[in-house]
Amino acid sequence: MARLPITKTPKVYVGGAFIRSESARVFPITGFAGEFFANIPQCTRKDLRNAVEAAAKAGPGWAKRTAYNRGQILYRLGEMIEARAGEMADAIMLGGATPAAAAREVAATVDRLIYYAGWTDKYEQVLGNVNPVAAPYFNFTVTEPMGIIGVIAPDEAPLLALISLIAPAITSGNTVVALASSTQPYPAILLGEMLATSDLPGGVVNLLTGFRKELISTFATHTHLRAISAVVNAEERKALALGAADSVKRTHLRKAEDKHDWLADSAQSLEAIRETLEFKTTWHPVGA
Amino acid sequence: MLARSPQAALQRLFDEVGSVDQIGVDERVAKYGTRSIKKASKIQGLKLAASMVDLTTLEGKDTPGKVASLCQKALAPHDPELGVPQVAAVCVYPAMVKHARRALGRDTAVRIASVATAFPSGQVPLKTRLAEVKAAVADGADEIDMVINRGAFLAGEFSEMQDEIAAVVQACGDATLKVILEVSELETYDNIRAASFLAMRVIRPGDFIKTSTGKTSLNATLGNNQVMLEAIRDFYLATGVAIAMKPAGGIRTAKQALTFLVAVKETLGDAWLNNRRYRFGASSLLNDLVRQLEKEKTGAYQAPYYFSEAAESY
Repeated sequence: MARLPITKTPKVYVGGAFIRSESARVFPITGFAGEFFANIPQCTRKDLRNAVEAAAKAGPGWAKRTAYNRGQILYRLGEMIEARAGEMADAIMLGGATPAAAAREVAATVDRLIYYAGWTDKYEQVLGNVNPVAAPYFNFTVTEPMGIIGVIAPDEAPLLALISLIAPAITSGNTVVALASSTQPYPAILLGEMLATSDLPGGVVNLLTGFRKELISTFATHTHLRAISAVVNAEERKALALGAADSVKRTHLRKAEDKHDWLADSAQSLEAIRETLEFKTTWHPVGA
Repeated sequence: MLARSPQAALQRLFDEVGSVDQIGVDERVAKYGTRSIKKASKIQGLKLAASMVDLTTLEGKDTPGKVASLCQKALAPHDPELGVPQVAAVCVYPAMVKHARRALGRDTAVRIASVATAFPSGQVPLKTRLAEVKAAVADGADEIDMVINRGAFLAGEFSEMQDEIAAVVQACGDATLKVILEVSELETYDNIRAASFLAMRVIRPGDFIKTSTGKTSLNATLGNNQVMLEAIRDFYLATGVAIAMKPAGGIRTAKQALTFLVAVKETLGDAWLNNRRYRFGASSLLNDLVRQLEKEKTGAYQAPYYFSEAAESY
């Protein structure tokens, strides 16, 4: 007997829950051949605000986890993606990637998570320091996570680039509010489902889908976002730089015009972890 | 012969003052959040809500210094350029009244409210409670927040409960009285309405009825706020006496406060939209009101740690 088709309603993952946009708006995405695939939530500035509230709530608990535990959880996220690699590759192929390229992107995404999982309890040893001073004091430099990081992902490599921006931020105990690719948002929808089963506390990573031009200015001006990590064009860079100056936040803006090889080893680094850290230097008397 | 059980006494009271359609109230208040309040009307609402705040600190760890800084905040909630009004009152324990008076001075529009009568339980002899009220008034309290005798109410001893309120009214002198029903311990909307009427019959025009102490699990909700507003409306229509209202506990966000104001506007009308007739008992609400006003002014969402008292730094 013929079954009725059961189609999925894509929802975004915010604050540990799967939600529609508060505006109830959606936009259609198509497969590579132009056929209708699904309606994706068109998130608004209010959704972004709510996601920041969720990230703020989750932040202190995530930053207090031991570095070792954060590493375990990042590794677990890698496991969850690995287990659904085929489904994720299909999502990437909606944008026209060949099966081989899609499989390569998923594998590289998992590897990237494992890379940063390894760094969680090691970056402090490399970036922190006991500084030489000419007096009987210890002088320590230690790192601290910044807080809530805004991520704006590019259209190319819709999964790998997104993870390459998110993973180094959460490695050190930051939380993230990320805007996925507008043209290929479906991998981010699937990623939300994997985040939900990865032991990552709800609210640590919040994924939004929607249009950049509606959300860029709020990313720029929201004072609770401590840094922006984004791949953006010249006009967007200007808007982000102006807003960030007003709200005193750090920006790490990669040019959308440049060619980025997200598969390369150069797309993962200790430097990427360092971009979302603040450094604190303290003096302490020797022997006291 | 009249049955003498508490249930029978309550039933006679319900017959007299009317009972509450619980489903109807819950359905009605669920709609209040859907009103669209934007731009100028939102700014007006936020400022109105700020002027209605009873800025509260009721903790065992309160010190004269903490009360003094609370009073400073009551007088000047934020940068004057933002135009946030002074709050209606500060609300403190009786032992802190004299410190609040010293911090505020005599010549101020900000009133001092004090929770007398063995707050929050009320479980001490009446004589002791009355002495506490008199001491707070003597120290400079303008308003007294008392708790009703819930035990007497639930046992059906309504005249005992009313006599105690009347005695506190006497002890207050010129001070305004707020009668805390502690709705979470009254359990049903019918009981809340009945207790509201019992209280309103013995207090003076301009005195308040108040939802809760903030010290129990369930505090002010739109539902019990609505039941009390409707009791005030019905009492006013029957007697011409205007009683004021104060929800307290659990109102933390500006959005919640605006929704409560919608309830007041649509149930009692503009005559109750001022701080002589409506108050919010809250400690952190003012921060969020200021935060939202700043957002309306600048257009940028604000981090909570830019405003006082939000201690978390994340």
